[in-house]
Order: sequence, then structure tokens, then C-alpha cells
Amino acid sequence: MGSESNIKLLDESGMRLDGRTPEQLRPIKIETNLLERADGSAYIEWGGNKIMVAVYGPREAYPKHTQDIEKAVVKARYNMAAFSVDERKRPGPDRRSVEISKVISEALSSAIMVEQFPRAQIDVFIEVMQADAGTRIAGLTAASVAVASAGIPMRDMVVGCTAGKVEGKVVLDLSKEEDNFGQADLPIAVLSKSKKIVLIQMDGDLSLEEFDQASEMIMKATDNIAEIQRNALTSRYSVENIGDGE
Amino acid sequence: MAEIKQIVMPGDLISEELGKPRNGVYKNSDGRYCSSYFGIIQKNDQGVDVVPFSGKYIPRRGDKVIGKVLEVGPSMWPVDINSTYNTLLHMNDTPWRTTSGDIKRFLGVGDYVYAKIMTLNEIKESWITLKDVGLRKLEGGHITSIPAPKVPRIIGKGGSMVNMIKDATNTRIVVGQNGLIWIDGTPEDVIEAIAAISIVEQEAHTVGLTDRMEKYLKERSVK
Repeated sequence: MGSESNIKLLDESGMRLDGRTPEQLRPIKIETNLLERADGSAYIEWGGNKIMVAVYGPREAYPKHTQDIEKAVVKARYNMAAFSVDERKRPGPDRRSVEISKVISEALSSAIMVEQFPRAQIDVFIEVMQADAGTRIAGLTAASVAVASAGIPMRDMVVGCTAGKVEGKVVLDLSKEEDNFGQADLPIAVLSKSKKIVLIQMDGDLSLEEFDQASEMIMKATDNIAEIQRNALTSRYSVENIGDGE
Repeated sequence: MAEIKQIVMPGDLISEELGKPRNGVYKNSDGRYCSSYFGIIQKNDQGVDVVPFSGKYIPRRGDKVIGKVLEVGPSMWPVDINSTYNTLLHMNDTPWRTTSGDIKRFLGVGDYVYAKIMTLNEIKESWITLKDVGLRKLEGGHITSIPAPKVPRIIGKGGSMVNMIKDATNTRIVVGQNGLIWIDGTPEDVIEAIAAISIVEQEAHTVGLTDRMEKYLKERSVK
């Protein structure tokens, strides 16, 4: 965050490097049930991000000491492929991915009705195949779709978005360059109906006014993303995809 | 083209007022009733249910299920019932005269049983029994599975759907509440029955399925 550079992130008219307006999202595409073995799965393309999510369970939690007698534990694993970034990423969990796994687990646990499955675990595997800023939020958004498609009871869908500050202006959904050379990055995930925050992190500095502006932008954007989630789930059950039973 | 039932997502509002608690519906913090599943809305005389498209079987006392024996213990068989949790069958809950240590004569690993869930506690441990009419070890036949929430669709109103498939394909079928289905007959008939079941599974969310299946099965039997 805040690396010095002479890249101009905003042009004179306020347009961004990729031609977006400050309040414009990158294109998002979600598909579901691509994996045969998993109980639920989703694939998301969010700008340059390409992420596959697989959900297994609820199944009995092992090792046994991780079991909770009152509720299921959500075990999310966020993992970046070695080839997902420009320079080869050393494979395996590192400090960053362990942290992201933890915050995603907690965000999902607040949506999933974990109390219905004592002693169980729900595995959520988030594999980032191509990273382009905002992977934790893209991963979480797809994970929520995968959990719903696995038939796991949830209070609400989880949907998120990021905002940040580049060249002193608040913009929505940071791209790779804006993330690397901007001044702040604010990922927020909410429950899509109640707008209760389930994940919030911030990197860099925002003034109170900027923070309010950024979070308001995110809240507005989550409605659109929630609609994309809905279409992803329902499209395979739409009328066109059914035969006549003949 | 088939008409489909209304699809809902987790958190979607079902109704302001429901009264009796229903399946797949929860009351949110505003006191409104919302869906807890991604599934379809099923309206009946008692109220509105949400039936999920998929998901694991959640054991309920009194359900008759098909299970696969996982292991043979000194006096118990751990049984897989296609659920989050395994269940247990104790030798005293079988119709056979068993003695401890010699129970593998009756049920071995990989055998299937049609059993009833006898007890279920608050941490979802359960025990099944074979002591009731119709409950038995399933010998021969084939096993196929569907998501547990779609079982009522396979059975149909008063067993209409499954009886129709049985008659049309000339097979014996046992449907467990947990989504496992045992089919016995000639290999050709079993394949026919499995094909019919998978159509019901894929189109479980459509309206007027029984009539379409009747037509489908009639056409197949003509060939």
C-alpha cells in the first residue's frame, strides 16, 4: 500500500486506468456446480480474478479435538496457486492466507446456521487461480454461492466488495494497480438482506468522511453483486434448462 | 415446456406471518419469516415450506432409512446413512438371536439395511433398529441415491410416483428417507427404473411431474 510510483491512476476526467468510473464494478461472472465430487461448488471471475470454490459437508469434524459440541465449525481454506500472481508465489499456507482463511471462516459462520450441526465441520476450499486484487472478497462471495448450492441452511447470503483511495479519491472495486499504488484498501462483506457487516478490514489510511463514502459505495454495489449471485444459482433451474420429460 | 415452482435463496422473505414453524423457514431478527435454503417454495394446507435442491440427510426419529454397514464391532454396527453423522445398530435391536462377538454372521461390512431411526439425541447421535415390520437386511438388488430433500418427490402423493415406476419397470423398490434407493429386478428393468428416478430428481422442482412421468413410462414400455 502506498508504494511510490509515477503511474497516473486517474486521468483528468476522473476515469481510471481500465476505463472505469470511480463507482463502477469490474465485470463479474459466477457459475455453480462445476465439480462432481464436491457437495457444492462455485467459480467466479471478477475482473482478472479467477477463483474456484468447493464446499464439503457438513460432515463429522476431524481431528476430534476441533469438534464443537454445540455447533458446526466452518473450515475455510484460502489458497493461492503458485501461478496466480506475476512472480511465482511460494506454494502452501503463509501468514497472509492463514489470516484470510480465518476471516472468511468467521464471515461464513455468521451466515450459516451452524447450530443445526453439532460436532460437524463444513469445509470450504477457496483456490485462487488468477489474482487481480480483491481476492478475499471475490472468494467469499463465491464461497457463499457454493455453500447455498450445497444445500446448507443459511440465514442470508454473504456478499462483499472493496473500495479504496487512489490519488486522493475514493473509488470502488480496486484493480491490481490501484491496490498496489493506491493509498487505501477497504474490503467489506455483508449479509445481503440485513446489510450486517461480517467482514471488514482496512489497509492504508482513510479519513472518517472518506470511510463513510467508501462504505456507502460498497453497500450500494453489494445489491448488484447479490443479484449476480442469485442469477448464478437460479439459472440452472430455469424453464429453458428442463426437458419435457419425454 | 414445464412450469417451475418459485425459487428462493437463503434470506428471502417467505411471509410476514406464518404461525407454526415450518421446514426450511426461520424467523429473522425483525420477526419476519425467511428462507434458510436455496430451494423451492412448497405450499400446502398447513403452510409454506422451503424444499432445498440438495443437501445432506438430517436424521429424524421414526424415519425409515437405508444404511450401509461400515464396520463390525463386538456388539454394534456403525452404519452410514448418507448424513452428516453415522448411526449405530446394536445387536439387541435386530430380529436375530445374536451373541456378543459373533455378529458378523448376520451383517458384514458393505451390507445394506432398511432400518428405522429409533433414538436421536441433542448432539445428533442416533441409533437405528431392525425390529419393525418391513425392516430388514437388503439382499441383492442395486443401490442408487438422490439428494434427501427430493425423497418426497420420488415417493409422490401417497406413494403414487414410486408405485408407478415400480409397476412400469417391473422392479421392487425401497426408498429410504435419507435418499438411498434400493432397486431389485432384472438388470434391464433396474436401468429403466434408475433412468426414471433420475428424471424425477432433475425435474423435482417442476409442476405436474407425475403426469409427465406417466406419459414417459408409457412410451418406454411400448418400445
